[in-house]
Amino acid sequence: MDLSAILSILDATIRLSTPLLLACLAGLYSERAGIFDIGLEGKMLAAAFAAGAVAAITGSAWIGLAAGMSVSLATALLQGVAAITLRGNQLIAGVAINMLAAGLTTFLGQTWFSQGGRTPPLGEGGRFVPINLPFANEVAGVPIIGPIYYELISGHYILVYIAFLMVAVTAYVLYRTRFGLRLRAVGESPKAVDTAGISVVKLRYQAVIITGLLCGIAGAYFSIAQGSGFGNNMTAGKGYIALAALIFAKWKPVPAMFTCLLFGFLDALQIRLQSARLGGVEIPVQAIQALPYVLTVILLAGFIGKAVGPKAGGVAYTKER
Amino acid sequence: MNPQRPETAAASAPANGWAIELEQINKRFGAVHANKDIDLSIARGTIHGIVGENGAGKSTLMSILYGFYTADSGTIRVNGQVQSITDSSHALSLGIGMVHQHFMLVDNFSVLENIVLGAEDSGFLKPSLDRARKELDRLEHEYDLEVDPDAIIEDISVGQQQRVEILKALYRGAETLILDEPTGVLTPKEADDLFRVLRTLREQGKTVILITHKLREIMAITDSVSVMRQGQMVATVRTSETSPEQLAELMVGRRVLLRVEKDQAKPGKTLLEVQNLVVKDDMGITRVKDVSFAVRAGEIVGIAGVSGNGQSELLEAVSGMRDQASGNVILNGDALSLKGDDGAARARAAGLAHVPEDRQRMGLVTNFSEWENAILGYQNSSDYGQGPFLDIGAAKKRAAEHVKLFDVRPANINLKTSLFSGGNQQKIVLAREMERDPDVLVIGQPTRGVDIGAIEFIHNEIIKMRDEGKAILLVSVELDEIRSLADRIIVMFDGVIVGEADPASASEGELGLMMAGINDKAAAGPGAAGQETKP
Repeated sequence: MDLSAILSILDATIRLSTPLLLACLAGLYSERAGIFDIGLEGKMLAAAFAAGAVAAITGSAWIGLAAGMSVSLATALLQGVAAITLRGNQLIAGVAINMLAAGLTTFLGQTWFSQGGRTPPLGEGGRFVPINLPFANEVAGVPIIGPIYYELISGHYILVYIAFLMVAVTAYVLYRTRFGLRLRAVGESPKAVDTAGISVVKLRYQAVIITGLLCGIAGAYFSIAQGSGFGNNMTAGKGYIALAALIFAKWKPVPAMFTCLLFGFLDALQIRLQSARLGGVEIPVQAIQALPYVLTVILLAGFIGKAVGPKAGGVAYTKER
Repeated sequence: MNPQRPETAAASAPANGWAIELEQINKRFGAVHANKDIDLSIARGTIHGIVGENGAGKSTLMSILYGFYTADSGTIRVNGQVQSITDSSHALSLGIGMVHQHFMLVDNFSVLENIVLGAEDSGFLKPSLDRARKELDRLEHEYDLEVDPDAIIEDISVGQQQRVEILKALYRGAETLILDEPTGVLTPKEADDLFRVLRTLREQGKTVILITHKLREIMAITDSVSVMRQGQMVATVRTSETSPEQLAELMVGRRVLLRVEKDQAKPGKTLLEVQNLVVKDDMGITRVKDVSFAVRAGEIVGIAGVSGNGQSELLEAVSGMRDQASGNVILNGDALSLKGDDGAARARAAGLAHVPEDRQRMGLVTNFSEWENAILGYQNSSDYGQGPFLDIGAAKKRAAEHVKLFDVRPANINLKTSLFSGGNQQKIVLAREMERDPDVLVIGQPTRGVDIGAIEFIHNEIIKMRDEGKAILLVSVELDEIRSLADRIIVMFDGVIVGEADPASASEGELGLMMAGINDKAAAGPGAAGQETKP
């Protein structure tokens, strides 16, 4: 395999891990605050649809992104009301969001656009375009470093750069700021937070809001950056994989990035291997497509060790007595 | 001053003024009137005790003062100013800090992070942490409260964690410190340290409110004491003018015998024998190291020791809940086979009953009703049904008998056990285990979190069993309890029996030294009482 082939797989890795990474970081905020979020998938799907639909109507990717983020935020708040204010079961709230999103996006898509649940294909300006970083063309000719910079680092959608920037931002927020300290505390011991005079409910809503916004970007990425328009169930379980990556990364931002890159790499490999033959027999496409998911199961079951999440995760907070 | 204030010893205005004044505080939770017209004044710079049985309303009252609950009616004055305390941050800003019974710490945070949490100076952490580190250093010296600021909470001892809680309150500028049952989790040595700290706080002009049910502590450290019963304040007296007996009577509303009355033990043949027992914990660490002892019919052997020195694992191994690594448990001459998940069932069948240390986790299924809990562990007995079918009528009848015999309140066998008080839960477990007429009773922490009135009852039941010729193995972290119940005391330290003592002659100091692993005394042997019955 030559450099260009490797680079093309790695380039695909970055593109494919971006939505995972955004969703994974999204999940990190709410799970660190003590709210299990199995609804990442649903929020992303809803955002993907909203972004696709609005971008198609307005012709603006940025307005599409804003719409995706708003819808995801609203969905997150709905989930928040169920899980925080009404103290409902968080898993069920998340599952409900996923089912709602899956059904509603198809239904509304068909009602509004009559294209089998799809949103109309996006034209110029309706989707994000890759951006070339400064000097990308100039250094492209330099051996090794040139192609790496040109192929791998430059030439991605802006959302890709936002995703990776969010890793550093999240790490800083989590470990160096007052909000991060409180966020980590409320997922471990909400009682300690409450008795310290901090509102558990407010803190958890703040976390859920961030989760909603990040899921919104992740969803928009599917329909108005990577794709050109929304298609049925276009997130294809990536929200669950992001959740798996979050657990695998033990709820830490930098390991989360590497885990998402690993899953993205598996996905890129899968695409590359689709026409591969083994001993003269063509491997069924379905088997290869299943590879990332199978590996997810294996990694989670076998390699993760004991993943101890935030101690108060999944439990609604009630003042004692 | 309010002329309506009840005439009590502490009511005349003190030299330093009142730190806290509560007037006519009322709080209801549904039908329960948890605080009824409470009046309480606490003088600045004193240690004020509040005693009462579980459910008397002490914690509710303090939660109102700390802003965790809001009173339905009544007035709170802090330093003479009327305040309506809306939440705990408001209480903190008024200089009221609280050390909860169950610590409010984040286990995987450092000491420093826990202290800063909620009292950060700005959005960024570093300046806050730096300031806290300096301030902590000062507080540690001023109050002699040493603790490593970078230690992670889950790695430090319970006593240290409590210091962090106190430091947390002081860091927030607490002038009045409320401590809720602070010694429940402490070793005697740690409790002494705590009392030293509290005295230092008083010397520095701080006010301390100590909630406890241990009368000995009240007598040892407080300046004045208030007694609560069934939501009402029944008395406030100067500590120097009262006695434990008087306080106990005020708490319970009737005369209580604080000392256990029992005759000399008449030990018979050996019923339970433990030989060279080695037990490992879940992490594979050896917690019980080659322990041997025997318990005879008609005697109570008490195992004393600071918690975490292998007593729990010993109890669990003897009762079949945990596999022993090696050694034997011999019941009535036959070695028990305790290995495997059904070890406990086999031990029960052989006549060894077990009252576990943690009744809520191991002794009861708290979501089950009383009658269901009353047959747990014996549900396969033919008394309660044939084959796969349960004879619910018989089980309920038996449960009703237990409730009557052990005076379980409320006497409702259909009530979930989580709704009973600690003392009544313990009575349910005791009734279940004792009424099967076992040869040997293994019992851990019989009165942990149990009211004074119920303690008296439970102690009497244990003595009664002894007098019926049963062998009783007792583990308790309450040294007083071991000393008053046991006929022989075995002291464990670091998984080893470091000595034996006669409760009648051994002083608390001697036992304390043994519990700390300083066993010169033990090596010399405590005398005739230390006789072990070896075959």
